Order: sequence, then structure tokens, then C-alpha cells
Amino acid sequence: MSGYTLAELAAWGERIEELAREEGLNFYTQEFELCDFEDMLCYQAYTGMPSHYPHWSFGKAYDRLKTLYKYNISGLPYEMVINANPCIAYLMKENSLLLQILTMAHVYGHNDFFRNNRLFTAGTRAELTVETFKNHARRVREYAGDPSIGYERVEQLLNAAHALRYQINRVVGEDRLSYEEYYRRKYRSEQEKIPEHPLLEEARAPGDTAGTAGVKRRIPPQPEEEILWFITEYGDLEEWEKDIINIVREETAYFLPQIETKIMNEGWASFWHYALLSRLDLPETLRWEFYKYHNQVIRPNPGGLNPYHIGFVIFNYLHEKEGKKKIFEAREVEKDESFLRRYLNLEICKELELFEYMKKRDEYIVKEIADEEGWKSIRNQLVKNTGLGAIPVIRIVEYRPLDHHLLLEHEYDGRDLEMNYATETLRYCAGLWKGKVTLKTSFNKEERIIHCDEKSNLSILL
Amino acid sequence: MAVFREYNSGGKDRSAGDRRRHRQLVEKAIKKNLHEIVAEESIIGQSKEKKIKIPIRGLKEYQFIYGRNHGGVGTGTGKEKRGDIIAKDLISRGQGQGGAGTEEGEEIYETEITIEDLVNYIFDDLNLPYMERKKLSQVETVVSQKRLGYRTKGIPPRLAKKRSVMEKIKRRQSRRRADPEFTKDERFPFHEEDLRYRHIREEKRRQTNAVVFCIMDTSGSMDHTKKYLARSFYFLLYQYLRLKYTEVEVVFVAHTTTAREVREEEFFHRVESGGTFISSGYRKALEIIEERFNPAVWNIYAFHTSDGDNWSEDNELALAAVKELCEVCNLFGYGEIDPDGFHITSPISRLFQDTLAEKNFAMVKITDKEDLFPAMKKLLTLEERLEE
Repeated sequence: MSGYTLAELAAWGERIEELAREEGLNFYTQEFELCDFEDMLCYQAYTGMPSHYPHWSFGKAYDRLKTLYKYNISGLPYEMVINANPCIAYLMKENSLLLQILTMAHVYGHNDFFRNNRLFTAGTRAELTVETFKNHARRVREYAGDPSIGYERVEQLLNAAHALRYQINRVVGEDRLSYEEYYRRKYRSEQEKIPEHPLLEEARAPGDTAGTAGVKRRIPPQPEEEILWFITEYGDLEEWEKDIINIVREETAYFLPQIETKIMNEGWASFWHYALLSRLDLPETLRWEFYKYHNQVIRPNPGGLNPYHIGFVIFNYLHEKEGKKKIFEAREVEKDESFLRRYLNLEICKELELFEYMKKRDEYIVKEIADEEGWKSIRNQLVKNTGLGAIPVIRIVEYRPLDHHLLLEHEYDGRDLEMNYATETLRYCAGLWKGKVTLKTSFNKEERIIHCDEKSNLSILL
Repeated sequence: MAVFREYNSGGKDRSAGDRRRHRQLVEKAIKKNLHEIVAEESIIGQSKEKKIKIPIRGLKEYQFIYGRNHGGVGTGTGKEKRGDIIAKDLISRGQGQGGAGTEEGEEIYETEITIEDLVNYIFDDLNLPYMERKKLSQVETVVSQKRLGYRTKGIPPRLAKKRSVMEKIKRRQSRRRADPEFTKDERFPFHEEDLRYRHIREEKRRQTNAVVFCIMDTSGSMDHTKKYLARSFYFLLYQYLRLKYTEVEVVFVAHTTTAREVREEEFFHRVESGGTFISSGYRKALEIIEERFNPAVWNIYAFHTSDGDNWSEDNELALAAVKELCEVCNLFGYGEIDPDGFHITSPISRLFQDTLAEKNFAMVKITDKEDLFPAMKKLLTLEERLEE
């Protein structure tokens, strides 16, 4: 830390917290941890968690981050904050005083978002975050250390589980029904449709307390999104394998709200760091630094999209037009998809200078621009690629127990799968399932069937 | 009120384990691609420390992801017009119908490894047993012994008997002087302190310079696989010789019906059409030896690789040239590359086998990379036998 002391930092922190409270932000107790550059890289590689199970992909992430940083391709993030209660954020010692102040204010925005946004309150339990990850780490390490299992098998299992981790239920916080329960409820609702009449009494199956007779059973009853869950239920896995898969599923569920609210979350935090710092009475020199960094953070990303930029502009616009109450309401109930659909309008599209592109043969060409005719198409395209929308929907449509065969179907919406990735992922899937897996998809609008057998042999039917 | 605390990692590097594992997997990927590296890089005549960059594919974290065929939204300048071309996608060109997809998200790691690492990988790849490897690295020193007087400590084989007896006599004489009662006939055994051992220093003497002639058939019939095998073969031999000699020069001779001295890159990348006169390569080597490498000063090694296709009118000439080469070389090796296992024995190799009685001639056959090590071993054991 150069030019300031921990006490000074804490004093600034206190003023920021006071202002945040005045503004109506409602946050968990905040903890700031001062760490150095190497620690920061580590936190970044391990998704911010103080402890995490080991896997080579984190080592790869670390090396990659370090290389990028070394060649100045990317700077380190100023902020790293995790959704936990108390909320933990890391401050890098090498940063200047102003950057720390900016980061702290930004962190309070995230903290408030974590505590209040519907996806977070419904989908995560912030008070358990750190313990849960620690517990996961311990369990995975135990399995890896168990001589009858060993590191390599754990690693292979994690490889496969990571490959399928985003094929999950897209509704945050929804309780999972077992198929048994699904049929029970279906039966009950069908029973209720039969009118109460003594003559029809026979239509009800007498004495069927389990209440599922007469309902035709299919597994899965409806296309199943949660591939990993299905494999733990109907596959041939050992207990430790199921446990590890559940660990991966839980972690994915934990990060799901963040994936679904990237633009809002960053927009909200940027909105508040700007608002709070503007009220801080910064000395002249710090004020200039503040504008400099703020502009860096919300800088448009030419050709791409900067979530800080988009979120900040929309929240700002909403605040101006509809007041403070409106933005607090939006941060509570929306996710990126609904947020953009509801609030992105022609004016904002223009301000953001958005355009829509499409691919024509080898070229990307501008399809729509932000004007009267074009903006809705831009908005729809943006919504379509936001959050989980960027992840293909692939569901289990049929399970054939006779030859232990799983049929997957890609819900094709014109976007092709990356085929190399799809085939390799399918291999992981077949390996985990220990049986045949077939994926139905389309490529260039033509149907493709990719088949992978239990020995990892692929065949593609055109 | 917020809590501020300083993080203390206690010097523990939490990512170390996963990084190590990642690198291990990278290494594995390198080994898988050894063929490509050995076949593509200029590695033979390079120093141990030379670093080569090799791209590694793999280590991707596969998931179901979208390819690049679809549109999206970007931030512009506000000046875009409908129909503007904003980017070209070069990768998707030539994309097959079969669905071998685009290279979305392709992460190519460039890893730098030194030649020495590469040699280790290759030796690993060839399953060169550990003992063998040790032996090779010991070949580096040629031991001569220099006597440096005597010492009171040593190992039994170095016991200097005469010297020890002299020491005993000295002790006996002094005893006699000191002790008048001591009689001549009294038994007087050796003592530990009488024993003397020869003190020897082992001297490492390096052998003088060596030159390796890599002679290769570059006619059209030598395809990529054959060249890979040839190259690996040369590479290993070169590495071996470098352990043995301080300076190793390499001369590349490429031949079809005529021969030329070429540089390494050319050597492996030249594709020529036409027939084959093996003798032309040998003649060229002899010519170069005559000009630049006096056999009295240089240790000359010549290795020839070919797929065995020689025009029959050249066979006798080739035979004569080999005989001449054997006279000036420490070792002459003929390696026949036959990745298809097509020929049982080519006419030229049968001719060599039947008629060449020279002790320093060796012939090996290589059909795939598993043969490389046995082939090399055969040459090396011959080399050792010749030395003895």
C-alpha cells in the first residue's frame, strides 16, 4: 500500500458505507480483505472462493490470467466480490487510494444486489457460501486421497461433470421434483378432473394410495434439462461419484444468478460507485482520477459489449426518467433477460450505439442499426444471447433402459453448435452415462444425429 | 461497520498443485504431438538450450457451446449502416459438410521447451529404459587413469604390495633398534598401518571432434511419414553422438539421382521428383570428406536413410561406394524406412547384407517409431564393440 494506511482506508470505507445506507442500499455486513497481486490472481482463478476443490482447469485459469497480465493484455480487476453473508471483497494492495475507494463503493452496490435481487435470494444461501465451498473442497480432497478412488478418477469425473455443468434447470430456485412425485401430482390433478359422482367412483382406482396407477409412465416424463441430475438418478454411478456430481451441480446453481444478472449487477454497482463517489467530496486530484477510472470501467467495447457500460446507461436512464424507487424495484425483481426486454428502448439503443450483425457466408455484416425500424430486432437479439441464452438448450428426450441408451435433443433456434466441442462433450456424457448417447441437432439448418457409444466411438449421421 | 483485514497467505501458494497438474497435462499433450514436432522443427543441429515454440491443442474445457454462424449485437460508433461488412470470418472457410466444426474458442497454447526437454520426451516416448539412459550419459567421459603416489587408505584391489612390505620392514627395523630383546625369528605380522594403496585419479578425456553425415533419399517416394521416421532417427543419433563428443558437426546430403549438400530445413522439406541413385549420395559424402574432414583427425559417422527404392543399374556402384565409406568412417549405418512394411527386403539392402563384410557397417530397418530405439541400439552396440 503506497501513500495510505489501513486506518485511512477504513475511514473512507466508513464514509462510503454511511452514504450507501443513506441512499437506501440494504447490504450484508461487508468484509474487505487486503491482498497482493498473486493472491488476487488466485482468488480470480478460484472463482473468488477462499477455498475450493482442486482441478487443473483452475491452474490453467491462473496461468492464463497471469500471462494476459504479463503481456498487458488485460489489467487485473479492481474488484472481486463474492455473494456471501458477510460479503467478502478483496482489495489489491498495489492499487492507488482512489481505486480502493472506487472499488469499495462499487462493492457496496454488488453487496446490495446480492442481498436483494430475487434470483440471489431464491437461488442461493449467502450465509452458507464460504462453508459450502470449503465443505465441497474437503469432500473432493478426501475422495482424491482415498486409495480406492484416487486423484485421477476424481479428475476424470470432474472433467465430465464440468463439461455438462451448464445443462441445468434454467429456472432459478425451483425445487426439483422426482419423477415419482411428478406422476403422483399428475395423477392427483387428473383425479380432480373427474367429477364427484357415485356412479363414477369406479373410475378412480380404489386403494391406490401411491396414486400413480393408470398414468402412463415415461422416463423422463418431459424433456429433461438437467443431464447431470438424470445421470446420477438413472446412470450407474458409485456414491462418491454422485456426490462429486452434486457438488458441481450445487456450485453451478450458486453461480447461476450471477450468470443471469451480469449486466444488471455490474450496472447497479457502477451506478452506485458513481453516485457515492460524487457525494464524497473528493479532493481535486482524486476527483480527476475518479473520472478517469470511472470512464475506463464503463467504456464501450467496440464491436462487443461491456456489461458495465450497458447496465450503467440503462440504470441511469431509468433513474432520470422514473426515479429512485423504480431502479430499486428493477434490481429486486429482474434478471438481464427481462431487464433488457422491459427497459431497453430506442433512446438507450441509440445512446449505446448498438447494432445488430449477422453472418453471411464468411462475412459479418450489419443487419440492423439503432433506429425506429431496427431497435426492436437489436433488443431481441441481445436478449436471446444474454445469460443462459448463450448456452445451448440440450435436453434428454428419451431414455431406453433396454440398451441403456440416452437420447438428447438440441433445441435448435438457428444457432449451430460448435461441432468439435459438441462431439467431445458428448464423449464425456457417454463416459459418465456408461452407455450410448445420441444427440439430435441441426447444422446449417440440416438435421444431424451424433452418436457416441460407451467406448467413446463417434459416428455422425447426416 | 465493515471489517478490514489483511490477508496473509503464509507463503502458501494455493494454485501450485493445480498449475502443476495442468502443466503435466500440457506435457502429455506435447508427447502426443511429438511426431509433428520432430517432423516440423529444425532441431537436429541445435544446441541443447535452444528453445522451440510448439503449439499445443487440447486441454480445452469442452462444453456444449454455440458456433459462429449466428448473429449478435455489438457496440458501434453510431455511424454503421445496414449492410456494412464489419468482419471476415476466415476460419469457417473450407468447413466440411461432415460437421467438423469451426474453431470457436480454440485456445492454442504456445509452450516453449528446450531441445533437452524434447530429447527427454523422445527418450520417454521410446520407452528407453532408465538404465540405458544413464549409460548413454556416461559415455560422455572416456576414462584414463593417472597414478598419483600412495595413500594409507584405499580399496583392496589397489593394494600396493611391494610398498606395503617395505613399510612393514621399516617398522620392524625400528622395533629392533628400540627393543634389544626383539629377536630376529620372532613373528612380525603386518599391521593395518603398513598397508599402502595406489592413489589413482581418473581422468576424463573427451574424444575429439566428430562429424555426422546425414544422407537421405529425397526422391518422390519418400513421403511425410518416411521423412518423419528418418528425421527422428537422425535426431536420436545426433543426440547420442553429442553426448560423446564435444563438437559434433552435421552435414546433410540429399540425393535423388544426383546429390547436393543442403541445410537442415531444406533437407526435410525438399520434395523432388525423379529416380534414385543411391551411389550419388555416397559419392557426395566421400567428396566432402576428402575436402573438409580428414579421417585422421575427425571421427566420421555416416548414416543413410532410404526407402530402398534404387534404380537397379546403380546397385553395384552404391556397393562400391559403401565400401569406400566404410574405410574412412567410424561407423556407417544404412537405415531402410518402410512404414508400410511393404518390402520384405529391398534389392539394395539384400545386396548390402550379402556382400558387405565390413565390421563398421550396420543395417537397420524401421517400419514405425517403435523401431527407432532398437535401430539406434543396434548401431550403438556396434559402435561400442568397435571401440573395444
